[in-house]
Amino acid sequence: MKNIFALVDCNNFYVSCERIFNPKLENKPVVVLSNNDGCCVARSNEAKKLGIKMGEPFFKIKDLVEKEGLKVYSSNYELYGDISNRVSETLFTFSPDIEIYSIDEAFVNLKRIYTNSYEDYGRKIRERIFDWVNIPVSIGISPTKTLSKVANQFVKKDKSFGGVLSLINKSEEEINELLKNLDVSDVWGIGRQYSKKLYAENIKSAYDFKYSNPKFIQKIMTINGLKTQNELKGVSCIPLEYETPDKKGICSSRSFGKLTSSFKELNEAVSTYTTTAAEKLRSQNSKCKKITIFIRTNHFRTNDKQYANSKSYNFLEPTSYTPDLIKASKFLLKQIFKENYNYQKVGVILTEIINENEIQNSLFNIDTLQYKNNKKDLIISKVDEINKSLGNNSIIFAANGIKKEWKMKSEKRSDRFTTNLNELLKISN
Amino acid sequence: MKKFELNLFLNPVTAGFPSPASDYIDKSIDLNEILIKNKPATFLVRALGDSMINAGIFPEDILIIDKSISPSHKNIVIAILNGEFTVKRLIKEKNKIILRPENNKYKDFEIKEEDDFKIWGVVTFVIHNPNL
Repeated sequence: MKNIFALVDCNNFYVSCERIFNPKLENKPVVVLSNNDGCCVARSNEAKKLGIKMGEPFFKIKDLVEKEGLKVYSSNYELYGDISNRVSETLFTFSPDIEIYSIDEAFVNLKRIYTNSYEDYGRKIRERIFDWVNIPVSIGISPTKTLSKVANQFVKKDKSFGGVLSLINKSEEEINELLKNLDVSDVWGIGRQYSKKLYAENIKSAYDFKYSNPKFIQKIMTINGLKTQNELKGVSCIPLEYETPDKKGICSSRSFGKLTSSFKELNEAVSTYTTTAAEKLRSQNSKCKKITIFIRTNHFRTNDKQYANSKSYNFLEPTSYTPDLIKASKFLLKQIFKENYNYQKVGVILTEIINENEIQNSLFNIDTLQYKNNKKDLIISKVDEINKSLGNNSIIFAANGIKKEWKMKSEKRSDRFTTNLNELLKISN
Repeated sequence: MKKFELNLFLNPVTAGFPSPASDYIDKSIDLNEILIKNKPATFLVRALGDSMINAGIFPEDILIIDKSISPSHKNIVIAILNGEFTVKRLIKEKNKIILRPENNKYKDFEIKEEDDFKIWGVVTFVIHNPNL
């Protein structure tokens, strides 16, 4: 069976999430800022028309708030994460063959779907996501993931496609016409570094790339470049990845609201991120064997002394017990912390993650029950329960600090409408 | 991923005699299952105000909204009227759409052509705390 990939991409995702609960943002210029309210990470079409660029620092566009009625929001990751899950769940009503590629993108393999027109089927997907979750999406459909990405980019640029473009019944010439109009750096998997080298060889468009000498492509881009080239030719080389994020590492890190050189503040931050990461770990019923802490200064501040370091610790037994993880994180931080540096970022990475069931299977003996009833697991599950029913941070770990002077700025965050009972949308009637 | 819960009675062999209740194991009642038919399309909102008290919607009640249901005549809906959310009963008459409050203090609102009107979702259940 031939693959048929639909790339479903949420339009201006964070802005669209804000609009679900705030109809007044419809047709208005809206941006969402990164962690710390630093720069724009999402823009409504109206904001794009004002000339606001992706990644533009907020201070540069501050005057547009007054002048153009620009609406500005801090990132509300609780909301965006929840809405992203809803979009995925809606997609699963169409096909089980789905790869959640990022918070706002998913590949769906439609090879098992019988339809006269994939374009119509794409429209059905699009309508359902909009009806159920109010998120507008763009869909590109083709025999390869890379071409679906291409199709999707054109859907986004050109309203006349009505949100869906299928290349399934398009001729080679028609597809080439699209590829001629696409910069090689905009091809999925090529990126800025490689495109510089390709430009130098006069390979400028996706079309140029498609018909370049494969030996040359492999030489500068390894086998992956060859895969991309074949995918542009319609030969599927990159399959769906079903692997859930469960297996990968869990990372929790943010930049600080202000730079800090205090061990106490760093330690509170590390403990807090460890707590968050451990919660994530437990929510997917897993434990980790390894914890890594990293810290770094702000390398943009060229006048500051620069320092970055990281260190890991291996646990004897897999754990998800927050106090153990905090203890390890403090131990590691002590080793890499140096006085008199202005630190900008710390983070925690949990790796070698194992599902709890796997642990039990491998220890199928008398200890299993003991293991299951492990007091630590019990205590921490109660903490999770309480935090779930009374709201996050009802029970906190003292190591995380109370004041959190290091905490990042998010002054313009909307309510967490879908994940916090105290912040539900209020409807006056 | 949804956690799969199994009701297993593990009678330790040493106990000798199995529990007589073990033949009557039933799944416990799950409110999620009753109140939420379509999870990705279900949202909770909090009602304020008294325009719907005759329909059993009181201030501070939590409303369960299913956005996947297409609204029909007499459904209680969340509508967006000129940029504002509101809860009302939807009345579809011949050529009219009316938002009807459920409290004699308030009057029907007929949707005019110039109104910016959209239905956001259908209210499927109301969660009310009688001791509040």
